[in-house]
Amino acid sequence: MVIGALAQAAGRSISEVGALLRLGFRGWDLSDDPYKVLGLNRQASQDDIQKAYRKLAKKHHPDLNPGDRSAEEKFKQVSQAYDLLGDEEKRRRFDRGEIDAQGMERPQHRYYREYADAGADHPYASRAGFDDFADSDDIFSQFFTRGGGDRFRNVRMRGGDIRYHLRVDFLDAVRGARRTLTLPDGSPLDIEIPAGVEDGQVLRVRGKGAPGLNGGEPGDALIEMEIGEHPVFRREGRDIHVDLPISIDEAVLGGKVEVPTPTGNVTMTVPAGASSGRTLRLRGKGVQGRTKGDQLVHLSVVLPERIDPELEDFMRRWREQHRYDPRWAMKGAA
Amino acid sequence: MLGETEVIRLIQGLSRRRLRQWVQAGWVLPARGERGASFSEIDVARARLILHLQRDMKIGADAVPIVLSLMDQVYGLRQELRRLARAVEAQPDTVKHAILRSAGGGSSR
Repeated sequence: MVIGALAQAAGRSISEVGALLRLGFRGWDLSDDPYKVLGLNRQASQDDIQKAYRKLAKKHHPDLNPGDRSAEEKFKQVSQAYDLLGDEEKRRRFDRGEIDAQGMERPQHRYYREYADAGADHPYASRAGFDDFADSDDIFSQFFTRGGGDRFRNVRMRGGDIRYHLRVDFLDAVRGARRTLTLPDGSPLDIEIPAGVEDGQVLRVRGKGAPGLNGGEPGDALIEMEIGEHPVFRREGRDIHVDLPISIDEAVLGGKVEVPTPTGNVTMTVPAGASSGRTLRLRGKGVQGRTKGDQLVHLSVVLPERIDPELEDFMRRWREQHRYDPRWAMKGAA
Repeated sequence: MLGETEVIRLIQGLSRRRLRQWVQAGWVLPARGERGASFSEIDVARARLILHLQRDMKIGADAVPIVLSLMDQVYGLRQELRRLARAVEAQPDTVKHAILRSAGGGSSR
């Protein structure tokens, strides 16, 4: 409630301006008539259409109205209307009724504000709007000066952080690895990729960013990891999943089979009578690191490529005596 | 993370030359990947916004950095306002109400 009140106190001026602007306009018609959306009639010239669109686009662009939830919908309507009427050929076809107002919908995309307004942890975050608060004597100087005085202007300034992007092999991410990167100035940077690193995780290397100002400390290198896929292994948290094909005789009689794991092949015992879908757990064979994950092996019974007469014959005889219903639990499901 | 080519494919009407100019001017700040510039989702959304500003709203190249800077400041202020609001929210009720009273937040509704 307090947040709402405060946000409202700050947002009021913006929404009031919005309300005033809307009063001058004839209101929003949801009938989707692109002419009405642009506030025009059918006799409008191409020039009128363009002017109306520019005026409305400036007013309703979501990124220029971060506090107005309805701006996005309005902007979309305006853009859609202009897509149609701004193009003379499309406009003619629309006027003739050959295409409808919806026919032009553009692929959905996310607006800048969804990222910019989600937090200050992005490269475009700006403190310029309140940096001088830090110089004043009041309580704000403490509130807006985070973690000590290194943010003050004209004093020593820490260098900026530089972002890097690194593709990491699936197995390197599971087991951990060392890599040497070459920075833009040509100097090498050794980094240790920790075992169990997650996709999108950012590794911070102190002092490897931009140099500081007036003798301030350098910024950090921020290395975002993108983890590749693997043809055999899948990863869920700290566990590794793998589908393991077994033969019918292994399924019926059980036996020892070789299973690949990120740290090498291991021998595993398949219990007698194992069906497809049965999952066996290899402890500690998942993601490495301080807390090791497990590897989960999903069995999948695979028939021989060619069913030979002997097998066929055996199955026919076996069925006469031992017919069973594996679908008993599904009875009455539908 | 996307390369230059993927960004251009994603944003209709954006040329490689233009995108490079924006990066050079510091309007868009991609990370440096092993194979050239590497764009995150916010970079793509920002590029799309700049295209809107220039092409659809006819905002000149001189004015674009001003608009971007003001926008970044507004978003920065919104973040700070939220942080402040959370700090107030964490206070006991009596403190909260005292702050709201002196800020005039509750009375004018």
